[in-house]
Amino acid sequence: MIDHVPLTHVLIVSTLMFFIGAYGFLTRKNLVTMLIGVELMLNAVNINFVAFDRYLFPSGIEGHFFSLFIIAIAAAEAAVAIAIFINLYRNIRSIDVEHVDKMKY
Amino acid sequence: MSSTLTILILLLPFAAFVFNGLLSAKLPHRVAGWIAVGAIGISTILAWKTAAAYFSQSTPYTKQLVFSATWLRFTDTLQVDMGILLDPISVMMLVVITTVSLMVFAYSTSYMLGEKGYVRYFAFLSLFSFSMLGLVAAGNLFQLYMFWELVGVSSYLLIGYYYDKPEAVAAAKKAFIVTRFADFGFLVGILVLSYYTGTFDFITLTNPENPAITSMTGISFMGISVLTWALVLIFMGGAGKSAMFPLHIWLPDAMEGPTPVSALIHAATMVVAGVFLVARMFPVFVFHAPAALAVVAFIGAFTLLFAAVIACTQTDIKRILAFSTMSQIGYMMLALGVSGYASDSLGFTASMFHLFTHAFFKALLFLGAGSVIHALNTNDIRGMGGLRKHQPITHVLFLIACLAIAGIPPFAGFLSKDEILAATLATNTFYFGIATLAAALTAFYMFRLYFTVFWNSERNYEHSPHESPAGMLVPMGILGVGSIAAGLIPFGRFVTSDGQPLKTHLHMPVAIISVTVALVGIGVAWFFYKKQSDVPQKITASIGGLYQTVYRKFYIDELYLFITKRIIFNLIAKPLAWFDRQVIDGFMNFTASATNRISAELKEFQSGQLQKYAYIFLAGVLILVVALLYTGLN
Repeated sequence: MIDHVPLTHVLIVSTLMFFIGAYGFLTRKNLVTMLIGVELMLNAVNINFVAFDRYLFPSGIEGHFFSLFIIAIAAAEAAVAIAIFINLYRNIRSIDVEHVDKMKY
Repeated sequence: MSSTLTILILLLPFAAFVFNGLLSAKLPHRVAGWIAVGAIGISTILAWKTAAAYFSQSTPYTKQLVFSATWLRFTDTLQVDMGILLDPISVMMLVVITTVSLMVFAYSTSYMLGEKGYVRYFAFLSLFSFSMLGLVAAGNLFQLYMFWELVGVSSYLLIGYYYDKPEAVAAAKKAFIVTRFADFGFLVGILVLSYYTGTFDFITLTNPENPAITSMTGISFMGISVLTWALVLIFMGGAGKSAMFPLHIWLPDAMEGPTPVSALIHAATMVVAGVFLVARMFPVFVFHAPAALAVVAFIGAFTLLFAAVIACTQTDIKRILAFSTMSQIGYMMLALGVSGYASDSLGFTASMFHLFTHAFFKALLFLGAGSVIHALNTNDIRGMGGLRKHQPITHVLFLIACLAIAGIPPFAGFLSKDEILAATLATNTFYFGIATLAAALTAFYMFRLYFTVFWNSERNYEHSPHESPAGMLVPMGILGVGSIAAGLIPFGRFVTSDGQPLKTHLHMPVAIISVTVALVGIGVAWFFYKKQSDVPQKITASIGGLYQTVYRKFYIDELYLFITKRIIFNLIAKPLAWFDRQVIDGFMNFTASATNRISAELKEFQSGQLQKYAYIFLAGVLILVVALLYTGLN
């Protein structure tokens, strides 16, 4: 069944997801929305890993493991990021990215 | 004689310098003086003992390296050692330097009493003696060069001793710059010589059969062999230190230093260094570069007469003595220049002999002048007169020194000058004529000084001049004895070019001529200056222009000033300064301001806007990806 779906289709989906995520990251001003953009990009990469593993190296499972790692790290990252947002909000009463320009010092 | 004691001759003055120099603020004056005198005193005893041991060996007296340590190693074949080389001239110089230094040091303890910087003075004086001792004891050219520069530095420090006097500062700078300029030639000469011979060592260099030296005579540069070039350049260094024309201009100005320093510079250290240098390299000169030796003779003869003529017109007691020193050094150079080797090396022996005797009577003259200056507080002989009643002991000692320098028997200068004249007569009658004429002038200007200061009519002194304290008179007395006795040493037995004894005898016809001209000179001086008279003024007025020219030292100083200020400063230094300021500094300023501007632009990038960073990052990644794809696919 899966043989009817060529690899390129899957890659088109993941590419679209990646650039939607990137677009979201670059254009949204709300830090939480930007975080969602990052998650989209990460999952686009996950799709790539799984697809390449399935189509090109069906005997191995390394691609799956990479995906699992990325999901775990993304969870941790989201936790840290949201913790930062909360602290930021407590300090400047805003989670608008344009207000967070004092970090360069 | 163990080598340790010989090394101590050098190290004791150095230790005195370090000790006095480090504790100059805390040390009581008297203690500092005694430390310096004590150190040089022990050195003197050791030097005499070294001389006694060295000359009691069987002849010929060879060059002996009693101590040597590697100091700098450039390659396996080229290295610089620190050593002590004993041969007749260095042993003689050790004795002269330590003895005269001891007298000057002892004299200074009284003369400088109450001056501020007394301890500093003795520290520098010790350094000066140490440098000169190291110079004469040097076992190789490079060591000699280092001590040579040390002599330059210490003379700079001492001439500029009264550093709050602008003239003293100017004189110190002048002495240092002129001798440094000459030393540049010296250094180039050393480098040329060592490049071709591969050694600095004197024993190897002065070996007449050294093949490296012989081969140098075959290589020529601009039609003259490189060896001659090297030796002439080395002589340039010697001429600078010895104040030979045209590098003499620093010496008269060096009189700004304290008088005992002048005595030391003129008698035992510094100015005789040039003569010593030529004597040290003498075998090379005489065997392989007679042309260079001819240059030495010519410069010597010219300076001899030139300085004697100027000395006749000066009115500053110390300047007269300064020009007389130049003239006497001219004698030494001339004698070296006309000398041959081995059996006809009379000139060499005579030169060293004159150096030896001159050290005593010239030191005495300067210390005597110091005694007079100490009493009157003026240097101008027009403000002096009739001092024989006030300073009877100084008067007698000064007279002895004048007779010695004028060459009246049996004083020391007579015998050494006689040998020089005999040596010139044997080789070159023209030089003999010059030397004889200069002998007459010497007698004239010395006795002009003597009669003006000690006879003539009394001036209106503000307070009656007094005789100097014993602390000054005793060293002068010892030098007075030296001025008589130094001539009695059978010099040809000890100091010769090849170490073999040389038979010298009194040359009667020469002696008669020289004594006659000296007496004529004294007679003329007596006639003009014994009593107050206006004859000299009339004579100078009648030859006004000529007199002015001589009085202004032939305008050599003005010529130098013209060349440096007008030509070098305006035509070379100023364009260079402009180039430096505008082009070189400009380039540096441009790079600095460009960097500044670029960084000001760049720092705008760091806005703190996260999404801006992300854009840049993404753009970078995309460019990399495109580039990789493009290159990877090809």
